[in-house]
Amino acid sequence: MNHTKEHIYSLLAQVTDPEIPVLTILDLGIVRDVICTQDNAVEIIITPTYSGCPAMDAIAFDIKLKMIEAGFTQVKITYTLSPAWTTDWMTEAGKQKLKQYGIAPPIERSSRLNKLLFDQDEHIPCPQCGSTNTKLLSEFGSTACKALHQCMDCKEPFDYFKCH
Amino acid sequence: MKNQHLINSVLHIADNALILGQRNAAWCAHGPILEQDIAITNITLDLIGQARNFYQYAASLINEADNKNETEDTLAFLRNERDFKNLLICELPNGDWAQTILRQFFFSTFQQLMYQKMMHSSDNQLAAIAAKSIKETNYHVKWISEWVIRLGDGTDESNQRMKNAIEYLWNYTGEFFIAADYESIDVAGLKNEWLEKVKLVFDEATLSIPENKFMQTGGKTGVHTEHLGFILPEMQSLQRNFPGVEW
Repeated sequence: MNHTKEHIYSLLAQVTDPEIPVLTILDLGIVRDVICTQDNAVEIIITPTYSGCPAMDAIAFDIKLKMIEAGFTQVKITYTLSPAWTTDWMTEAGKQKLKQYGIAPPIERSSRLNKLLFDQDEHIPCPQCGSTNTKLLSEFGSTACKALHQCMDCKEPFDYFKCH
Repeated sequence: MKNQHLINSVLHIADNALILGQRNAAWCAHGPILEQDIAITNITLDLIGQARNFYQYAASLINEADNKNETEDTLAFLRNERDFKNLLICELPNGDWAQTILRQFFFSTFQQLMYQKMMHSSDNQLAAIAAKSIKETNYHVKWISEWVIRLGDGTDESNQRMKNAIEYLWNYTGEFFIAADYESIDVAGLKNEWLEKVKLVFDEATLSIPENKFMQTGGKTGVHTEHLGFILPEMQSLQRNFPGVEW
């Protein structure tokens, strides 16, 4: 069987993040390359989001499963650390899906990330009502990639996918 | 020899992250409030993830040099006290929330400066791990600095607890900057910048840097406090009871 790169990417587009199932691994920008070595052999190169993200092992397993289902007999998952993953690689479609799911997407480019101490907190638009009258509740949230905010208008607390 | 130095320095950095991560993990379900319980354990998750990357690299170097079969797990779970090269400050007890916060502040501030150097290492793998890790550490430094200020410039009680924590921990900060023979990063050269960063936050927190000069050392060469001897049996209990067991 002959597999094109496009075909493999269309398969990868069916693998989702176990913590945020509306996002595919392509939306997240963690697939760095695909190498078809032989007819039924493929190497998928992925990069972790956060160093300790426990979803990575599950994602690698799901990729393997998806490829085996599609007829590959040899599947190799390779991790690469450089260049370091950034939320800049998240697709626009992914950001829209996050918002509809109730998670505020990262709002700015990581290069503009404020690194200074004592900076003002960002006012992240509420994914429910769109208000920017929001506040940070906690820098750390339910997963490594999220922080907890609250809308002061509709009063709903919400997760924010941190700029990284 | 050059390779052995590299292996030891990678293990030293991995051990710092693992042992401090193991310590902080004990806060899980015991944090002062839910959000901060989640915060300190999220920092722990980053530290353990960084430790894994360094251990994996160390294992590949060891296996290449000695034809061995080390893995990240054997390095974490099958070594003894004298083999661990972590800084003494990482293995000290958590104490109260002030002591945990201050220790993480001292450590993260140092780690940030160290990663800034390591990002430009001629060793590609070290540079890659550092460039990845520093994004996490930058976030830790911001959160932890705000907590030092909140507690130092808080109530009489929280201020006193921070002073007690400074008294207990200060003598363990010198070890950051005293290089072991295997270290290639000029850690001594990071001292002034570290002191400036600590002073900036301490000024806001109405805290002062102690005068005392005596500094504890030994961790980098495997000479530890009595505390590491209690951390390891707990952390390694599964492998000690069932050698080689896998899930």
